Order: sequence, then C-alpha cells, then structure tokens
Amino acid sequence: MWGDTSIKLGNTLGAVAGFLGVLLLLFYLAGFARGRLSRRLAILLLLGPAVLLLLVGIVVPAARTIYLSLYNEDSTKFLGFGNYTWAFGDSDIHQVLLNTLLWIVIAPILTTALGLVLALLVDRLRGQAVYKSLIFMPMAISFVGASIIWKFVYAYRDPSQPQIGLLSQICMWFGWHNPPNWILSHPLNNFLLMIIMIWVQTGFAMVVLSAAIKAIPEDITEAAVLDGAQGWRLFANVTIPMIRSTIIVVLTTVMITTLKLFDIIRTMTGGNFGTQVLANEMYNQAFTEFNNGRAGALAVLLFLAVVPLVAYNVAMLRKEREVR
Amino acid sequence: MAMLTRTERKRSEPARTAPTRTGVRRALSSPLSTVAVLLVTVVWTVPSLGLLVTSLRPEQDVAQTGWWDFFAHPHLTLANYHDVLFNGGFGVSDGLMPYLVNSLAITVPATIFPIVLASMAAYVLAWIPFKGSDTIFFVFFALQVVPLQMALVPLLQLFSGGAHIGSLTIFPAVGMGGSYAPVWIAHTMFAMPLAVFLLHNFIAQLPRDLIEAARVDGASHFRVFRSVVLPLATPALASFAIFQFLWVWNDLLVGLTFTGGAPESAPMPSRLAQLSGSFGDHWEILTAGAFVSVVIPLVVFFSLQRYFVRGLLAGSVKG
Amino acid sequence: MADANNGRIEIEGVTKRFLTPGGEVFTAIKDVSFTVEPGQFCAVVGPTGCGKSTTLGMVSGLDRPSEGTVKVGGKVVDGITDGVSFMFQADALLPWKTVLANVALGPIFKGASKAEAQARARDWLRRVGLTGFEDRYPHQLSGGMRKRVAMAAALINEPKILMMDEPFGALDVQTKAIMSNELLGLWEQSRPAVLFITHDLDEAVALADKVVVMTSSPGTVKAVYDIDLPRPRGSVQEIRFEPRFLELQHQIWDTLREEVERAYARTAGGPVTEGKAA
Ligand SMILES: Nc1ncnc2c1ncn2[C@@H]1O[C@H](COP(=O)(O)OP(=O)(O)OP(=O)(O)O)[C@@H](O)[C@H]1O
Ligand SMILES: [Mg+2]
Repeated sequence: MWGDTSIKLGNTLGAVAGFLGVLLLLFYLAGFARGRLSRRLAILLLLGPAVLLLLVGIVVPAARTIYLSLYNEDSTKFLGFGNYTWAFGDSDIHQVLLNTLLWIVIAPILTTALGLVLALLVDRLRGQAVYKSLIFMPMAISFVGASIIWKFVYAYRDPSQPQIGLLSQICMWFGWHNPPNWILSHPLNNFLLMIIMIWVQTGFAMVVLSAAIKAIPEDITEAAVLDGAQGWRLFANVTIPMIRSTIIVVLTTVMITTLKLFDIIRTMTGGNFGTQVLANEMYNQAFTEFNNGRAGALAVLLFLAVVPLVAYNVAMLRKEREVR
Repeated sequence: MAMLTRTERKRSEPARTAPTRTGVRRALSSPLSTVAVLLVTVVWTVPSLGLLVTSLRPEQDVAQTGWWDFFAHPHLTLANYHDVLFNGGFGVSDGLMPYLVNSLAITVPATIFPIVLASMAAYVLAWIPFKGSDTIFFVFFALQVVPLQMALVPLLQLFSGGAHIGSLTIFPAVGMGGSYAPVWIAHTMFAMPLAVFLLHNFIAQLPRDLIEAARVDGASHFRVFRSVVLPLATPALASFAIFQFLWVWNDLLVGLTFTGGAPESAPMPSRLAQLSGSFGDHWEILTAGAFVSVVIPLVVFFSLQRYFVRGLLAGSVKG
Repeated sequence: MADANNGRIEIEGVTKRFLTPGGEVFTAIKDVSFTVEPGQFCAVVGPTGCGKSTTLGMVSGLDRPSEGTVKVGGKVVDGITDGVSFMFQADALLPWKTVLANVALGPIFKGASKAEAQARARDWLRRVGLTGFEDRYPHQLSGGMRKRVAMAAALINEPKILMMDEPFGALDVQTKAIMSNELLGLWEQSRPAVLFITHDLDEAVALADKVVVMTSSPGTVKAVYDIDLPRPRGSVQEIRFEPRFLELQHQIWDTLREEVERAYARTAGGPVTEGKAA
C-alpha cells in the first residue's frame, strides 16, 4: 500500500512540476519575441488558457445542459418543455421544491439573525476572540464532516437502552421518555437538517457583521446617544440602517449556498424520508436515474434561482464599496 | 443626511464624548448577554467535542453508553484511528488511508493550477489592455453566477467520451478510470471565474511605476509577470490559495462526480458520505474517519486564522 | 556609449485618444510635434492632465499613438523602445529586493549574467555615493537615498534616452537641489538625451537645453524655448540668480500661466469659477 501511495503522490508532484515546467519553458521562449509580436504572444499565452478553460468547462457545458433539458433521458427524442412541466407537475418533485423553498427562506434568515445578535453581543465581552473562534470554527469543516457530527447528535436508540445520541438523552433528562427517531420524523427532519447549515454558517455571518458594526464611526452612535437613543432604539435606528447592505450580502450569500445544498442531504438521508432538495435531486436524476433531460431541467431551474440572488448580491457589494 | 448634521452637532460638544462612549457600551452589555453568548458557544462546541471523544473511546464503550459517559469512565484508545485508516473494519477491504492520499493528491494541484492560470489571465486583463479585454473580463465576472450543477453532466460526458465532429476528434477523452486528471481539470475550470475576478482586483491596483520601469528596462511581459507581479500579489495569492485549498478539500460534489467514488481516485468526503450511509452503527469508526478529514482544515483554521477569514470572505459566493 | 545619431527623438503630429469608461472618446493630446536631439536635455512643462506622461509613454513604446508617429534614432517606435530608461516620481524599487539586487535588475532583464550585473551595480552605487548600502532594503533608506538608487537603476543600462516623469516631485527643496546637481553630473558623463517632465519651472530652466510648454487638454505644444545658459551650469541654486536665467524664466512663465489657470478652472469644477465670476 505504501508503494501505491508513493506512486500516487509521485504522479501528482510530477503533474505539478510538469505544469509549471511547461509554463516556464513557454515563457522563456516567448520572451525572445520583440515588438508587436511580443505583446500578442503575451496576451495569447497568458490569457488563452483561462479563456479556454472557461469555454470548455463552463460556457459550452452550460449551453449543452440547456439543450439536454429539452430532450428525453438519453437525448434521442425532443420533448420541448416536457421536462419542465414534469418538474412543476410531478408530486414527488413538489415535495422537493417545497423543501428547497423552506430551506432558502428559513436557514438564511435564522443564520443571519443569530449571527447579528452574536456580533452585537460578542464585541462587548472579555475573551471575545475565543468565543468568535469557537463559533466560527465549523466553517472550516466540510459539510460532510458537519453532517456526521450532527448525525451522531440525532442518533436514535430504543428508549429502553442507554442512549448514544445527545439530543435523545437531553430529552430524557428533561423527562420526555420516548423521543422519536429524529431523522425519520417528517417534516421535523427538514428542520433538524437546517440546524447543520445554521451551525456551519452562523460564524461567517457573525464575523462579517461584526466587522461592519465596528466600521460604523463612533461619532454616529455617540451623536445618537446624545439625542437620547438607548438600547433597542439605538440598535433599530442607527446600527441596523448603517449595516443594512452588509446584512443583505450575508443573507443572499447564505441563500446561494443553501440553494446549491447537496452534501448535507446526501450524507444525512440521501434525500429519503421527505428531505430531498433540488441540488441532490438533480444529482440523482443524472447519476442514479441516468435521465439527462430531467437533470438538465433541474440544473436550469437552479441556475434561474441563483442568478437574481448573485446579481443582487454583487450590486450590494459594489454599493457598499462605493460608500467606503 | 440627518446623520451628517448629528455628527456635526456632536463635534461641537467634545467635552461630553468620554461619558457617552461608556454609555453606548453599557446599552448593550449585561450579564444576560454574557450568558447568552456562553450558551451559544457551548451549543456550538459540544457536538464537535462529542465527535472527538467518541473517536477516542473503545468500541464496546461506544456501543453501550453515550459519549458523555466518558467523563465518568475515561478509557482512551487510538485503535479506532488505526482501524479506520488501515483496516477499514467491517468488511471494507481498505481503510481510509487511500482516500486520504487521494484527497491530498487532488487538493494540491487543484489549488496550484487555478491560481497560476488565473493570475496570468488577471495580469493581461489588468495591464495589457486590448480591444475586447473589458468584455472578456466582464464575461469572467458574470460567469460566477453559473452553479456548477449546470456544467456537471456535459463535462462528464466530455471527459469520458471526448468531443467529435464526424470522425474528427476535437477533444480527446481524458480517461476516467482511476485518474486524478478529470478532478483536477474540473476544479480548475470551476475556480476560474472567481479566481480571475479576485486576483484582477488586486493586480490592477499594483503600482504602475514598478511594472512600467521593468518593461522599459527590457523585461518581457512574461518576465514582468514572474519577477514583479507575482511577488507583489503574494497576499492576494495566499488568501485565495487558502480558500481554494479548503474548498477542494471539503468538496463532495465535484470529487464524487468526476471520480465516480472509485477507491483509486475518490477523495475523503465521498468515502465518508458513503460510510455514513452504510456503517451508521459503528460510530467509533465514523467519528474517527470524520475527525481525520476535519483535522487539516482545523489546523489551517487555527494557525492561519487571519488569512483564513480573509480568504473565506473573499470567496464566499463561489460554487 | 550613445552613438551620435542614435538618441534623436522625433515626435511628429502625434494625437492620442482614450476611450473613457463612459464610452466616449477623450483626446488627451492633439497634433504634438517636437524633436529632441541626441544628448540634449529637454524639459516638458504644462498644466496637470495636459498629456505629458502620455507623451512619454509613447516615446518609450508602452503606449502607441492614435495618429502620427514617434521615431527614436530614425526608427518608428513599435513595441518597447531599445536603450530607454525611465525614472518616476515614486521610485520604482522592488521592496523585497536589496538595493544591490534592485540596481542589478536592469542588466539582468537585458540578459547579463548575475555576477556581471552585480559588479556593474556595485560600480553604479559607488557613483551615486551609496557604497556600503548594498545590502539594505529600500524601506531602510531615506527618500533622497532611494532616489539615488533609482537614478543608478535608471543609468546602469547606459541608456541613449533617459525619461524622467517628475522624478524629484516628492522631495523637499534642499534634497531636490542636491539631486538635481547629481543628475547633471552623471548626465555630463554619458550624455544621453533626456526627456524631463516637471511642474517646477525653475528646475526646468536650470537643468534643460530646451523647454517645451504644453497647453491644457487636449494637450498641444504651445511654445518651445532654447535655454542658452552655458554648460557646465554648476550649482542649480546659484544659477537662479543670474540675469539671463531670470529673463528666460519670466518669459516662459508668461506663456505657461495662462494655461495653468485655464486648466485649474476646469479641474476645480464649474461652480467655483461661476461663483467668482458672479
Ligand atoms: N488610460 C487612460 N484612459 C483614459 N484617459 C487617460 C488614460 N491615461 C491618461 N488619460 C487622460 O489623459 C490626460 C493626460 O494624462 P497624463 O497622465 O498624460 O497627464 P500629465 O500631463 O502627465 O498630468 P500630471 O502633470 O498631473 O502628471 C488626462 O486627462 C488623463 O485623464
Ligand atoms: Mg503625469
């Protein structure tokens, strides 16, 4: 096995070295060109690879996905918008769309709200760096890792046996002696899965919002306090309006991540027990049902849902940058 | 506007600044808020603690009692790690070790390739203006909105079958069997829009004098890129490198799709997702496996926290 | 080193237009013509934004004219011009390289071996009086010392043309005078053609053989003056008191003032001028 490992790593390092070596050689040779040619060569060699990757990797495939979405499963028969009417007509998919909608409304709002509250509170505490690190830490963990952590929290055992899942045990400590099998309980399981997303993303919301709050000039809050604003009113009339655009950026960012959510569902339930969402259903259609038409249609729906969010997000980011 | 006049008013009363500042602080600090933050921190930490503790307990203990029982009966063992890495246990022929190797072999090139190619492109777009360069930059920028699900199926078809017009092959099949190349290329492609956008923003701000002086001294664009631009752009490159490293390391979708989950090339997350489905009852194995996959990002997180945050904030809309 | 005819700069009917981000065409300079003879020290003065840096960029080949031609040594500029060195207001030193490595960079870019480049760099650092500072980094030097390093870096390739874009603009008056004297001293030794941009008319008259005055945008050549003060000029502080200097200085200032005021009124924005008028 060690032999195998060293071959794999050797190949990898070889690939990196080869890649860099080829580039350096090209640069060296092209460096001899003079005048107009040198400029054209620079544009071609430096920009060309990126443009090519973009075309082959994103532009052409995306166009082809749209094309595939108009055909049947093995792309032999034209269906028009058949796959789209399926997506909006099939009752199984209704559940998927409903779940996705629940996810993109609830998870981002709770994440942002909790992040905001923490941002407001944490800055006033001693040892804030420690709290911040611990709350932010899940952001470093993969969604797969996070899912396993929480799957263990939700683990079910027959109530007559000693519990291993923390959630069930807590319920028992508080006197509820037969908690359900959490992951199987629809529709509750959707919300339990959302907690994972919130757990991962809250630190992100907190750090960004805390930076925005710190950037509010002291003058402004002080002036408001002189005018008699206190506590909640200060918060609602000064702090929130001053960081509004940041709040929206955080909200839409989490929303985009949520829309593309795949890992948590795949690891926790595989989309069973009424927890399926759009991105995972798209994967299933493509790689277990082998229906490229339906998978394409779902991917296009996902794209259409993401575009306005990203566009809005970018517009907000720009505005914020101009203000600064 | 109202803000502005208020600010001015305040400036004319500097004597009252000191007492009000503490007033602002006090307005939102109370014992209650300390308790609230403490509570959230505990809730946020305990699940991870459960993972770590379980991965260190003997198999019997894990099967019979909850992990909190560990504090009453502390038995420690590293056997789970040995099992999960080398034996795999429970009918799995190999442990996680090959997947760990795969993760490393995927992540390093999939971080280096896009950074190098994107910084090259960013240099041209920022410093060698030509007809259409603005349009190209805008296209890079705009393509950030395309979720990678849009490209998944056709790209996989391309890699496994190549592209042909009639009998003419315009793109050869990369060959999917146990090779890393498809994952490297896919990650590099998907990273490109964001990487070019971020690095362009940084590289365009570099001092014009340094670049033009080298040009006039006779350095070619390639030379300027290598000897002047890359060293100056190190902070941006580092931030993006950390972001991309973590993104690839933690990624499930691309890894799963472009390796098909084959042990020869699939990364850790795809194996863990699989284990989580089929070995759900052997928590000591699953938790040890999860901890192995989580430990590298955590080391990055705790040692490079400042850069980590910067990289993450810069790239948070990716995908 | 500079061949007798090699360093002539001929700017003939050059117009440069830019596409503004708004999509409009902006004419930065229009129909600019003048010539700098080999070994001549030519200063260019003009209000801010009149296209001085743009002109320099086209001589060095960093940029190309929209109309007209720029010739150096009789050859139309196409790509980076050979034998040109640049010195900017900000000294273009790489912060992560030592003084020696910074100066040696020019020959290395030109293809010299590392050892040879370093030997030449040492020699040039000696000439600008920085022996013993080879291993310092730029941030460990004073502003004047950094300027000297930049000067050594500009001259080490023995250019036939030296282009300076407000090189001493950021220095205090005393340091500026010292640097000007050193520049003249070094220039006398190798005599490259110099294209020197400045906002300081005294500096222009004290250093140059020829002063080109440009109008505000679109930039055109308003007048060209020959400075017939004898060389070597000695100290730039003292030459300012000579009657001929003052005469020339007044003459040029009369031409320039009008332009500067016009440009100021434009950049300072409409309301201010209107306010004054009313
Ligand atoms: N790349 C460009 N795109 C659009 N406009 C430009 C560009 N470069 C310069 N300009 C415009 O051309 C005009 C001339 O610029 P230039 O930098 O040559 O002026 P200058 O005479 O050097 O000014 P200063 O004395 O302030 O350095 C300015 O109005 C400037 O805004
Ligand atoms: Mg200028």
